[in-house]
Amino acid sequence: MSILIDSKTRLVVQGITGKEGSFHTEQMINYGTNIVAGVTPGKGGISHLDVPVFNTVAEAASQTNANASVIFVPPPFGPDAILEAVDAGLDLVVCITEGIPAADMVKVKSFVIDSGSSLIGPNCPGIISPGKAKIGIMPGLIHREGSVGVISRSGTLTYEAVHQLTELGIGQSTCIGIGGDPIIGSTFIDLLSQFDDDEETKGVVLIGEIGGSAEEEVAEWVQASGFNKPVVAFIAGQTAPPGRRMGHAGAIIAGGKGTASDKMAALEQAGIAVVASPSDIGITMKQQLEEKS
Amino acid sequence: MKIHEYQAKEILRKKNVPVPAGSAAFTVDEAVSTAKSLGGNLWVVKAQIHAGGRGKGGGVKIGKSLDEVQALAEQILGMNLVTHQTGPEGKEVNRLLIEEGVDISRELYAGIVLDRSKEQFVFMVSTEGGVEIEQVAEETPEKIVKVWIEPRFGLTTFQARQLAFALGLEGEQFKNGVKMFAALWKAFDAHDCSLAEINPLVVTADGQVMALDAKMNFDDNGLNRQQMVAEMRDISEELPSETEAASYQLNYIKLDGNVGCMVNGAGLAMATMDIIKLVGGEPANFLDVGGVANSETVSRGFKLILTDPNVKSILINIFGGIVRCDRVAQGVVDALSTMEVAVPVVIRLEGTNAREAAKLLDNSPLDFIVATSLKDGAEKAVEASGA
Repeated sequence: MSILIDSKTRLVVQGITGKEGSFHTEQMINYGTNIVAGVTPGKGGISHLDVPVFNTVAEAASQTNANASVIFVPPPFGPDAILEAVDAGLDLVVCITEGIPAADMVKVKSFVIDSGSSLIGPNCPGIISPGKAKIGIMPGLIHREGSVGVISRSGTLTYEAVHQLTELGIGQSTCIGIGGDPIIGSTFIDLLSQFDDDEETKGVVLIGEIGGSAEEEVAEWVQASGFNKPVVAFIAGQTAPPGRRMGHAGAIIAGGKGTASDKMAALEQAGIAVVASPSDIGITMKQQLEEKS
Repeated sequence: MKIHEYQAKEILRKKNVPVPAGSAAFTVDEAVSTAKSLGGNLWVVKAQIHAGGRGKGGGVKIGKSLDEVQALAEQILGMNLVTHQTGPEGKEVNRLLIEEGVDISRELYAGIVLDRSKEQFVFMVSTEGGVEIEQVAEETPEKIVKVWIEPRFGLTTFQARQLAFALGLEGEQFKNGVKMFAALWKAFDAHDCSLAEINPLVVTADGQVMALDAKMNFDDNGLNRQQMVAEMRDISEELPSETEAASYQLNYIKLDGNVGCMVNGAGLAMATMDIIKLVGGEPANFLDVGGVANSETVSRGFKLILTDPNVKSILINIFGGIVRCDRVAQGVVDALSTMEVAVPVVIRLEGTNAREAAKLLDNSPLDFIVATSLKDGAEKAVEASGA
């Protein structure tokens, strides 16, 4: 099994005719993702990469029964693209776009929460359920079908973790990059609770980073909910200086809050296996799974 | 992005937030002529640097005559101001703010920041003005009163009243406080601010509620639509290497160690710094070269890292995804064959076409160390640094 996406997911690509949109549409099709439509306002009626293009997401959804969208549009158009996909009633919206102002995301998020759609991102690599579907920009090849879920605020660091798992023969059920921005759609907790319900997922790798308090909230939630699948966590930015934004808009230690050490301590206290070294993620998950069985 | 106090006050003034009369001075003459045109008999000479704690460091002084203003301007302009936020090396003062003196009856605090956990902006006030809000939050959190701003409505009037009541404002002061809070939120909201801090917020002897100090930070993602704010950037406050990196769309942050690193992706770049430290070294920098690691970005990366004379070795850690490793390897080889890199270079490439990349590196006549895993790379780079 998997969460969020599988071989039945019917995807629409917003911004399909752009450079990024075209490139990754091709990659996703090659992986086996079922792309049923593209949207580029003003280009409705054409076919691009053998995918029918529509002017609006609503039109694409009603004509093709699409239930998910992925967004490849420049940042000034990102918030509107998310709103359009949510308004069209799609179950899942994945926003890859990096650079959307936080003030816009505050407004967008409050609309998304009221809608019943799930948003992943923005500023994220997307989602992959290995062997079933890939909605995003991650390299499909490094993944392998299996039973470990991965949730991460990062991109290439997620690939590193997945690579370690795959090399050890541990496949993945679903890997989700939730995004590096301060305000994002689905959170660690939203997705952990879905992995909890997914019988096939036997353990979860959680990759956090400095900034905000999402990891501390995970620690509280894990204790309160009694989540009992093994979780291995790594927090990037143990050596990051305070007050500096480390690449991601959300990766900043502000007013002494959001340090890696606070997050690691909170997660450890909740019984989560926290690794200090990013090279121990795979091996620690292997040990956790062996102990559990 | 950060701006100076005088720039924040210009923004606030335009949005009807009361601030003391005053303006910036870049020379001693300008300081004196500004004081003269402000009139009165008491002026404040304030050092303008991007750091807090300026008063304690000797960067904020009161002058009671134009001669005193001149003497203070001479003293502060060009001084190396050390505060708890500048670090021991301090910062050179190149700009002053000359302001009229204000008759203060109370010192309070007001601030707006993004509450990431509640996914809304939060407006905070406190009766404990003039001290660091982090300290108040730690010691007497009950003295900070917060309201969260619903994005559909902005700061509502009843919320502004709640804040003013919480500060014990009365009569004319209360009305002025409510107006001030509404205006401050509008200024914040209109400019893609990420933080606004008015500390102290003062009540004057004649009942005005005024921003005596002002700190405003801005969301870098909003700068494209905030031209006026973007133009306030003072690059003399930044390290030249970091400014240059930004002009190439590269993310570079200088640190104190001696193992340089070049990585694709921010999370992996942080993790690479972390593992360098874990195996006994000290990272010299954060550098995310982004998704396109070609010979151009790689050679720019080398140049940036080598601007730091402390660097004794360099670790290149690239996880090739869509960008194939053999292309990255070719980029590294091309970059190294056109430039002099006098320190050992350790390369770790993983992901798509990693084997082809390894072969390409093996066959190159250039002298570098190939690593087989993240940990191996970190260990080899630390060893090569002589630590």
